[in-house]
This record gives sequence, C-alpha cells and structure tokens, in this order.
Amino acid sequence: MKKNFRVKRSKHIDETYKISFKFNGKLYYGFKGDTLASALLANDIHLVGRSFKYHRPRGIMTAGSEEPNAIVQLHNNSPWTEPNVRATEVEIYEGLEASSQNCWPSVNFDIGGINNFLSPLLPAGFYYKTFMWPASFWEKYEYFIRKSAGLGKSPTKPDPDIYEHRYIHCDVLVIGAGISGIISAKTAAKNGFKTLLVDEKPYLGGSTIYQNSEYFKINNQNSGSWLEKEINEIKKIENLEIKTRTSVAAYHGYNYLLAKENLTDHLPIERRKNKTRHKLLKIRAKKVVTATGSIERPLIFDNNDRPGILLSSAIKKYADLFGVACGKKNIFFTNNDSAYETTISLIQKGINVEAIVDNREEVDSKLIYEVEKNNIKIFKGHTIVNTYGYKRINKISIMQLSKDGHNVIGSKIDLSCDCLGISGGWTPAVHLFTQSGGKLKFRDEDQVFIPNIYPSDQISVGACNGDLTLDSILVNVPKSLKDFLNIKNNVYENFDVLSSHNNSKRNIWLLPSDKVLGKTNSFVDYQNDATAKDIKLALREGFKSIEHVKRYTTTGMGTDQGKLGNMHALGIISETSEAKMGELGTTTFRPPYTPLTFGTIVGRNVGEYFDAYRKTPIHEWHVKNRAKFENVGQWKRAWYYPKNNENMFQAVQRESKAARESAGILDASTLGKIDIQGADASEFLNRIYTNAWSKLQIGKCRYGLMLNEDGMVYDDGVTTRLGENHYLMTTTTGGAANVLGKLEDYLQTEWPELDVYLTSVTDHLATISVCGPNSKKIISEIFPSLDLSDKNFPHMSFKKTKIGKIHCRIMRISFTGEQSYEINVQANFGKSVWEKCMEVGKNYNITPYGTETMHLLRAEKGFIIVGQDTDATMTPIDLQMDWIVSKKKYDFIGKRSLYRSDTIREDRKQLVGLLTDNPNEILEEGSQIVSDINKSPIEMLGHVTSSYFSPNLKKSIALGVVKGGKNMLGQKLIIPMENKKINVTVTDPVFLDKENKRLNA
Amino acid sequence: MKNQYSIFSLIKNAFSYHENWAKAWGDPEPKKEYDILIIGGGGHGLATAYYLAKKHNIKNIAVLEKGWIGGGNTGRNTTIIRSNYLWDASAGLYDHALKIWEGLSQELNYNVMFSQRGVMNLAHNLQDVRDLKRRTHANRLNGIDAVYLNTEEVKKFCPIINTSPDIRYPVLGGTLQKRAGTARHDAVAWGYARGADEMGVDIIQNCEVKGIKRNGDTVEGVDTTKGFIKTKKIGVVAAGHSSVIANMAGLRLPLESKPLQALVSEPVKPIIDTVVMSNAVHAYVSQSDKGELVIGAGTDDYVSYSQKGSHDIVEGTLNAILELYPIFSRMRMLRQWGGIVDICPDASPIISKTSVKGLYFNCGWGTGGFKATPGSGDLFAHTIANDEPHKLNAAFNLNRFVSGDLVDEHGAAAVAH
Amino acid sequence: MFLINCPFCGDREQSEFKAGGEAHIVRPKQPTELSDDEWAEYLFMRKNIKGVQFERWNHVHGCRKWFNVVRDTSNDQIKAVYKMGEKPPT
Repeated sequence: MKKNFRVKRSKHIDETYKISFKFNGKLYYGFKGDTLASALLANDIHLVGRSFKYHRPRGIMTAGSEEPNAIVQLHNNSPWTEPNVRATEVEIYEGLEASSQNCWPSVNFDIGGINNFLSPLLPAGFYYKTFMWPASFWEKYEYFIRKSAGLGKSPTKPDPDIYEHRYIHCDVLVIGAGISGIISAKTAAKNGFKTLLVDEKPYLGGSTIYQNSEYFKINNQNSGSWLEKEINEIKKIENLEIKTRTSVAAYHGYNYLLAKENLTDHLPIERRKNKTRHKLLKIRAKKVVTATGSIERPLIFDNNDRPGILLSSAIKKYADLFGVACGKKNIFFTNNDSAYETTISLIQKGINVEAIVDNREEVDSKLIYEVEKNNIKIFKGHTIVNTYGYKRINKISIMQLSKDGHNVIGSKIDLSCDCLGISGGWTPAVHLFTQSGGKLKFRDEDQVFIPNIYPSDQISVGACNGDLTLDSILVNVPKSLKDFLNIKNNVYENFDVLSSHNNSKRNIWLLPSDKVLGKTNSFVDYQNDATAKDIKLALREGFKSIEHVKRYTTTGMGTDQGKLGNMHALGIISETSEAKMGELGTTTFRPPYTPLTFGTIVGRNVGEYFDAYRKTPIHEWHVKNRAKFENVGQWKRAWYYPKNNENMFQAVQRESKAARESAGILDASTLGKIDIQGADASEFLNRIYTNAWSKLQIGKCRYGLMLNEDGMVYDDGVTTRLGENHYLMTTTTGGAANVLGKLEDYLQTEWPELDVYLTSVTDHLATISVCGPNSKKIISEIFPSLDLSDKNFPHMSFKKTKIGKIHCRIMRISFTGEQSYEINVQANFGKSVWEKCMEVGKNYNITPYGTETMHLLRAEKGFIIVGQDTDATMTPIDLQMDWIVSKKKYDFIGKRSLYRSDTIREDRKQLVGLLTDNPNEILEEGSQIVSDINKSPIEMLGHVTSSYFSPNLKKSIALGVVKGGKNMLGQKLIIPMENKKINVTVTDPVFLDKENKRLNA
Repeated sequence: MKNQYSIFSLIKNAFSYHENWAKAWGDPEPKKEYDILIIGGGGHGLATAYYLAKKHNIKNIAVLEKGWIGGGNTGRNTTIIRSNYLWDASAGLYDHALKIWEGLSQELNYNVMFSQRGVMNLAHNLQDVRDLKRRTHANRLNGIDAVYLNTEEVKKFCPIINTSPDIRYPVLGGTLQKRAGTARHDAVAWGYARGADEMGVDIIQNCEVKGIKRNGDTVEGVDTTKGFIKTKKIGVVAAGHSSVIANMAGLRLPLESKPLQALVSEPVKPIIDTVVMSNAVHAYVSQSDKGELVIGAGTDDYVSYSQKGSHDIVEGTLNAILELYPIFSRMRMLRQWGGIVDICPDASPIISKTSVKGLYFNCGWGTGGFKATPGSGDLFAHTIANDEPHKLNAAFNLNRFVSGDLVDEHGAAAVAH
Repeated sequence: MFLINCPFCGDREQSEFKAGGEAHIVRPKQPTELSDDEWAEYLFMRKNIKGVQFERWNHVHGCRKWFNVVRDTSNDQIKAVYKMGEKPPT
C-alpha cells in the first residue's frame, strides 16, 4: 500500500488476513472485516463515482445502507455482475472487482462532467420545458437523455446464482441488533417468547459495539464492552434465533415481513457455487419490535457534496470499527454534540483534527470541554459557506452566523482540510414503521418524526423511537418492553448510566450563505443532484405538496430513497411555505427499505419451477412416440405425432384420415371430471345447465352447456348418470377448476338446501377415446364379454366393465362424429390400458391423434370449442344451439340474461360455417369478415374462429361468427387480408355427416 | 401566456437564477358557484376541464381534488399508451386518444415526453395466437398500425426476451404497435393543469367532496371540506373512488375498486427499448428515461382502498419477468407501490350521463386508463357540455349493463396495463 | 397480506383464499319476473364500499368453504368472520 490510512489496530479487523481486490482495474489490498468503502478509504481513495445528473465527482459519504454516492458496479461483464451496489455494504473478498459507474471514459475524467457547467440551464424539471421543437425530434433528444441517465449497467447474462424462500413464524421479531435490539431480544427470549433477531450488518451490536469511550458507560464499563458481554450471553439462549446479514425489506399489514438473508455475497466467487445466494425470509410475527436506530443527518450548504465530505458518524465508524482514518487533516461541521464524540475517538487514535465548526453558540457539554482540552480550535456560531477541491475537498470557507441564523456576518475564514465530517443531528429510522401503516408525529424540540399510532401488534424502541441518547435508551427500552410483552419481571433494571451528550441542537435546514441561493449548489439529494434551489424553484412554480416537490425535483427518488436528505427537503418546504412540519407530513416510504434483488423475490420459481406441469398418466407414452406438445392451461397435451419428418399439416392430415377411415385414439385425460352425488343431484344439474336433466335415464349421457349469470357460454361437456343420485360431469380442460369453484359457490351460498356433494376426480381417472369405424371391433376385442350392440350400448350411454381386475367405465360418446368409446380407468392403469388399445388396434391401423386433429375432426362436424369459437360475448342462441336451451325450465344460471334487449337482437354475431371459393385456400384463424370492402370505415361483421383443411372433405373448412349470420346462408362474404382478399360463402356449420350416420356405422 | 416554455426561456431565466418563473397553476379558494365542477384532479379530470374551457368555451369551472393533483392513478401507473384494442368502440376511443398524444407536448407547451417506442404483446399458447391475430386483423381494418410478429421477429425487435422453445410457456409470437409507447405521467397532469389554469379554470387542491346535493333528479352542488359549492353540472372523474362519490348521489355503479401494484428497479443504462406485455404469464415491462425498469403487476381480487396489495402478486409478476428476461435476475427492486383501480365487469370504461340530471361519470378505466387521458378528457368534456355523448364514447354508456351490450375487452385487458 | 381466520380452519394466509365480492346479494328467486333494470342491479351494481364492507371469501386452497368477512376496505383490517347463513354481526 502506497499510502496507509490504517490507524491503531481495531479488534474488528483481522490484519493477518490480507485480501486483494480491484477497483477500476487497479489492484488494492484490504483486510478481513473491511467493506469496500473502508478498504478504499484505507487506500486514500475517496472519489468513487459520478452523480446522476451533473456528473459531479462523488465520494464515500456514509458507512451504511443509507449511502447515496459511493455506488459501484461489481464484476463488470461477468455473469456475477451487479449494478448500483453500495461500497459501504460490500464486504471485500479475494478477487472482488468493482468499478465506478455513470462516467465515461473514467471516473477521473468524465465527459459527462460538462453537465456540471451547463447546470444553470438544467434546473429542476427543465425537461418539461424544452425538447419540444421540432415535435418529431423528441425521439432524438430522448436517445441522448436515456444514454446519459441510468447509473450502472444491467447484467446481460443469466444469473448463475440460486435463491430460496423460507417461511418463519415467531412470537417476537426484533429488527436491528443495536443496543436496543439486543436488550429487546434478550428480554423477549428470556420471557419465553420464540424470538428472531435480525440485523443487516455482518456483526451484532450496531454503533455501540465499537463505542470505546470513557464518556459512555453502563454499570461502570464502557458501553461497547458491556454490550459485547450481553451479545455473548444471548447467543446461548435456545429460543432466540439470530440472523446477521439479514435486512428487513418490507413490513406489510398483519405483521407480515420480508427479509433478505445474504448468504454468499461476502464469499469469493469460486466459493459460491451450488450455494444459495440469498434467502427471502417470509416472516409472520405475532409481535414485532422495531429497533432500527437512526441515521445521521447531513447539513445543507454550498458544495456540500465533494469527495472527502462524510457524515461525522461514518468517520467515527471507519476509525473505531475499521481502524481507518478518512483524512489526515480533518475538520468537523456540526449542529450538535455528535461531531465531538467522533473527534474524541479520532484523538484517541492519534488522528489529526484541525478544527470544529459548530453552528451553536456556547454549549455546556463535557464532550466539548474534552475537545477543547486537546487544543482543537472550535468555531462556535459559525457555518460553512463554501468548500473547494474538485475531486477531493481541500479547503472550506466559514463565516459567522447571525443570531437568528438567517444570515452570515463578518468576514470569511478559509481552513484547509482533506476531510470534512458533517453532523446535522439524527433522524429516527421510521421507514419500516410507516410501511406497516403506522402514523408519525413530529417532535418540535429536535425536529424529528417519531412513531405515534401503531397499526398492528408492534412497537418501536430506541433511536428509531426518538430515544437518541444512551441514557434515554436504557431507561425507556426496558420500560416499553415490559408493557408491550406484558411481562412481570424485567431482565434489565436499574442501570447505572453515564451518557455525556448534551442534547442541544441548532437545527437550520438550509444554512445561509454569502451568495444568492441561485448561485449555490447545496445538495439535498446527492444521488439525484437535487439542490435547495431546486426545491425553492418547485415551490415558486406552484408545486405545494411534498409529493409534488419530490416528483418535480426528483428529491428522494434515488437508490437510497432519500434516507439522508428527505427531512431537509421537508424542512426547506416548511420554512419557505410557512407550513408546519407536522402538518406537511412526510412522503410515503415505499418498500423495500433497501433495494431487493429480483432473484431473491422469485426464489426457486424459475425455469422448470416457474409453473407446475400437469401431465396425464399416459404422458410418457406420448413422449416416447415423439408427440409434439401444446400447453393448455398447466397441462401438457399431445398436439400431434409427426412420423418420418412430417410437418404439422401432414401429420394432422394423416391422423384425421385414419380416425375417419379406420380408428383413432386420443388421450382425453385432461378433461375436467367432477363426481356429483346426492339426493338433489338432478335438480342441481337442472339449475346449472341450460337443458333439462331430471329425465335422463341411469346409464345415459347428455351434453350440457353452462352459462355465466350474464348469459354467455362458460363451459360445456358430457355428463353421465351413473346412478339414481350419482353423476359424472366432464368439463373443458382449461375450465375444470373454475367450473368446480363456480358449482361449489352456488351450492354453498345460493342453494345450501340442496343435498349435493362435489368431488374433483380429474386426476383420479385416465380417459382414452377410441373412435372410427373400427372402434367397436377394437373395444370388443379388449372387452370380449361386453355386449356392444347398438341396442344394448347405444350412442350416449355408458357401461361399467373390467379388463381383468381393472374396473372401467366406458362412455359411448363422440366429439368427432365417428362411432366412439371413451374408456375411463383409474389413473395408474391409464398407460397400460392405452398400450392395450394400441396393441389390439394394430390390425386396424389405430392412429394416435393429438389436440390439433381432434379440433379438425370436431370442426368437420360443426362442434364448438368453448374459448375458441366463443369468447365472453356468445350466448347459446348466438351459437345456433337454441335446441339445448330449455324453454320449459323456470330458471337456470344465465337464463334471465338471455332476454335482455341487446341479447335478443337478431343481428348479433352468430356461429356459421365458411367455405372458401378456392377449396385449397385455408383461412387464417382470427381473420376478420366483411361484406363490403369499399365501405369506409370498413364494417367488420365477425371473424374466423376455427379453420382447417379437411382431408375427409378434401377442402378447406372454417367456422366463424358473423353478424346476423344465421340468415345469411349462401351469401358471399370477404376476408380482407393484408395483401389479398379471400371470397367465402356462408354455410351451415356442420360440414360432414349431417344425418349423424357415422355414429352408428 | 404567463410563461412560454422553451430552450430560450430556460436560457433567459438562467441569468436570473430561475427566480422569475411564474406559477404553473394557482392556488385559489373556491368561488360560491361554478358552471361545472369536476370532481377529481387526476389526468382525466384536468384534461376534461382543459377541453371544456378550450373547445366548449366554458371557463367558470373548478376542479376539486381531495389531495394533490395527479396523486392518484395518474402518478402511480406504468404509463403505457397504445390503441390496439379489439372492438371497434374501444379502438375508436383509444386511437382518438393516441392521436391527441401525438401532438400533446406542443398543444400544452409542456413536454409530456410521449415516446413512441412501440408496444409488443406476446402470445404464449395457441389461443393467444388466435386472439392476437384476431386483434391485429381488426386493428388493421380500423386503421390502427398493429402487425403480427412471429417468434424470430419478436426476438429481433427485443433481443433480451428469452424466446427459447424450452421455457415453460414459450413465446409463440406477438403483436407490435409502433405508434404506441409511454409518456411521463406527472407531466400529463401538470401540463393539463397549467393549460386549464391559463384559461381560467380553478384548480382547488386539498378539497374533499363530502356530499352531493340533489334537488329531485337534478344536481345543485357539492359539500366539500372547503364549504358548499353550487353548480349545475358535475363531472365525476374519481377513478378508484367513483363508487364513493356515486353513493353520495344515491347511485350504485357496476364497479369494484381493487389494488393494482407496480414496481421499478434501480436505474441502469438503456437495456430495453420498447414496451413488452404478456397477458398469459402476467408481466409487462418498459424502461423509463431515467433508466428504471418499470414493471406492472396484476390486480388483487378483493375490494380495497388501502393502496396496498399482496406480496404474492408482486412475486408472481417477477417470476414471469425472470421467465422472459433471465438477465434481470440480479437487478434490484427499488420501489413498489399500489393504486386503486375501478374495474367494470367488461373491462371497459364508462363515460356517461346518469339518471341524475347534471351528473356525469367518467370511470371504470380499470388497469389501463392512463393511455386514454387526452381522449377521455376530450370526450367527457363533449358529453358534459352537450349533455349528449360524442359518437366515440356512445358505446361506453351506463345502460349497456342493463341491455347487455357490453364491450368485453377482457381479452385485451386481462392483466393490468 | 392478511391473515384470515377461516371459521372452519383458523388463521390462514390470504394466499389460500379467493375473494368473492360483496356479500348478502341474494340471487332473485324469480329472475324472469324482473325488469332488465332490476336484473342489472343484481348482476352488476355494487356498493363497492370504502370502509366497513361485508364480503364473501372462499378458502379455496384449504377447506374450500365459502364464508363471510367483515373488513374495513380503507385499511384492510378484518373485523369479523362468520359462516354462510349466519346473521351478520352488527
């Protein structure tokens, strides 16, 4: 290391364990325990990235998840790449490669930096006011805007990592393992609650764990040592689960929380293989204790964004926890005691502090006296008016503040420095609380929002509840827990606390300057380059609401979601518009608290687990016989079975011919099947189908059409009466679940008096349909004892029988118009029965056919497919299926809707057949139908719903819906395609065997 | 005009540190009486006021907004604009809007950033293919620039889509409307507000309507948190809250208000240059000018006004996103939020008179109202001004639920868009 | 995501349930006697309440029973659950 900014040994860093990493292509070293930020600072690197809009050089500003500036791309161009990663959160590992973002060609020399000089032309919302002329040029402007926006680069390769979900149910969830969280977790667990403690950092103890000062003591030990003992103790408690590197992303209603447990991001890439990267914890907690601490506020002054300007607390953390000095000439600027705490830490470690600028006048504080003892110059009642140094701060100018704090007075003093720590006091981290629906109140004395009304069984404790000092935490946290957990004995009582903070704070949201505001660059949102003057401009232009200001200026819209600057934005609005802070309200804190990787949210629901595959019991046979499959809902259905390099058309022509000439076989197992039993089963069917069911004989089958209550066709299928009070209903493949749901709904809510029981048996049964002129022969060979005569076993009837010991139900029903038998067997025998059919059928050239051939065969007969020939606008009358709509029945679902003024119109779209003038021309399904192509605007009469080339009729056939179609038989219509028009004739939808002779052939 | 916006005005104002820009719109107290009150200061409401003033020369109008303008679904949607709808009535309505979008920035002198980067709809099963082809044929005959793409063409237009035949629901094809795209949602509300204000419309924020006063079958005015305001005509454009206002007037509407969620990723450099929607796997995505991936989720199935939805919906959407775009697995969700969408049984809107004289409703836009904003405002203004619908919104009347003449766009609007 | 107290199974995740809209809309006993307007009221018109609403839910991935829920739709807090046919709580 060329320059070493490592100071006295920190026990949190393992200096025997050296780790090399690359930043912007250059090799550096850090130690085990370092974050990328601490390692860079140890190498004296502050300049990390460029800002979003003005491309200003930016450095590391914080030491946590609130970091707005130091965001980097990891492992550029590799499958492990990740954009916009906060350097303050990355734990370094061997081989880590990070690079700066949003700069070209390099972070040191960035062409985009020109925006900084153009910044006077680019105030908030400038893009709404320009780029409008000429109108056609927006596309070109936008191209450049998009190119210069964005931060890092999206990955371009699939993610090599895996992710998982875990469900956790606990009595008490404690969020945050700082001192308040540790106290809470111990109290809960010791009182018998099943407790989960999570913290986003890799270690426990928050900011107290590295507190090593004589000025903060608990029971006479310094607070850090005291907490360390507590942590060692709670690790042994059995009913307490502790998770580090686990950040709560979202707090939803009913105490449902999502947390990300990070398992491998700190490991070298070669050690991540086959390990889960993140686990998304889905936590349902009976009680939640939020102990998320607080975030230090920056101060808003001219050029407050230079590399080398950090939060005072971050400088302390880098020194105490990581043993890193952020600079050799440090200056602090503060409005409260926190900067003195940091200064004392630095003094302890021998790090030079040049001066402290405090906007307060005289304050009686032990910490200040200690600093003064060390001969550090304190400028009381002063403010910074400017800073200097383009890529690293090198000087500040300060001036005295007027008594009211509105102006600066006197003359400027310049102080040189290489690092500036700023502290504007503390903001309770109430994000999760508000996400959960909690309401805040504003505490005027130190200008903070704190929890007020809890929407669920939860509590906020410690700094996030506004207890910002050690003594108030130790007094209030145990007390609140006692009530919240309803416990008799406190684990903690009667602490002897030394806390040397003086609570005074001089809160000035926007510090005055010797320049007019318009000439300053006082950043409120660092990442998005929103300044105080932008906020004032928004207010001037009439944007009053905090949400308007946020959206107009983009304040708080960055990847840090304004964790640092949102309060200042609110403060400036409040001051400018003379509205009270408490009444302005905050903007909504939207989940997640810190950005959440898509892969983490998705978990294992990728690839083959994206959605369930439903396969029939005969699926393997189809695969073996090279079927092509079609997705129907979640089902994989055999689509067609190409032989010898056939294309789909050829295969379907062959299959269709075989089915009509000899025998075909179809796997119909996917059809929904519902077993219906009970004394009122017939009455139930009467109410849900359009036709009548009471008179159906036992052993007979009937086709039924089901409507929605709005009269539109919903589902169809054949139902068989198995016994006096027992039916087996079939539904469409895609509609099965919905139909069952709908039937249950009516049964339970509208007609609870009916004695009917429904059971889904879709998966229990395999259904094999054998059709064609030779089907009877095949069936009779398989079931030699069964009397297949038309008299004993006519069309639309069913028989119970057996193959060996296997029970079968055979329905003689047909969706092809051919004589046809459907064998239903228990699913696990499905494949063997199918194979038996194939074996027996060999002599008859039995041909397996898929859904495409099934569609073709039924179209030849004019049978509809619900969902293909219908959409949600077709009534049974529209389908010319008046015959199935009972006139006698008093009521059935959907009946009333059929007689509304627009559903009885004669000119509705009706199902018709269509024949092309050229019998070889196959219409495109979905193409539109018109009668007059010259009319403008062109009137569309309907569309083609089904279309095939029929090998049996040797011509193209189609079904379609046409306005007033049922009265248009023989009429010529036109199908206008992009490059041609096709002439068609309206026909009856039944193309083949109108007399149904083949059913009994 | 108080401030013409242009590059020249920006330069001029730079010299005075932007301290002389005028208010984009005022902050008036309500007058005692207006000719027309518009309830709801979202994009549709502000556009209605704008066109009433501009095209019908009615200037004594107030827009009453209970919160801040553009704060509802206008500022919460994923900004997709297209007109490739199936039915003639819908195509007419949405293409009317699209034509206004094409000149809107210039008309309003406010850059709404209408970006015609195309919208692609994907097909994942054979019925999808039939439906999309049907829609494309209908679009072509209605003069809408939609074309059908095969899988290779889909891949060519948006190379990052996973078109492998081995995924669970492979991409079998798609449609593309090139004139479609996105716009900057806030700018639409702000641009219309500025334009309406310029013509004398009062935009009254933080003014919640508490009651509608009727005299028999005629409206007389509204009770608000800022007092009673008298009027002869009320146009309600309250989106998710339409039923709430309707109940005040003693009406019931065929609406349910449901949560709809959306999310954005962290911003990245340009990676996807169009809008891709997939109904079958419930995912749609585009990239904002800022660089965020803008992703829309579906609706929950229960009524809610909480502006929150369930996590399952977001998870399901991202599952689908990663199925189609595996490269986004390491991208991160930055923000997630919910809106309240009012959905009609036929997934089409209502722009209609009611049984109460002087009371008009513009609602039921469900998951896709943003795209219609200019057309909706224009046609609603026409309906209110003439007490008769324009021929383009005649089909979107309330009576269709009685007569059964629904405009069923579920096929085109099955998921949020 | 809510936790719904199914009257048959106890507290379960919302994802196990399906919502069924406004409760206590009784299917007319004699639909044919209704005018188109009255039928449309039953079929489509809803109160769509912001505030306390009585609604139907189905434990679709559990016991498959339908039951009623009283929920404040403005904040999704569930006030009560009761079985079909039971008297709604006041």
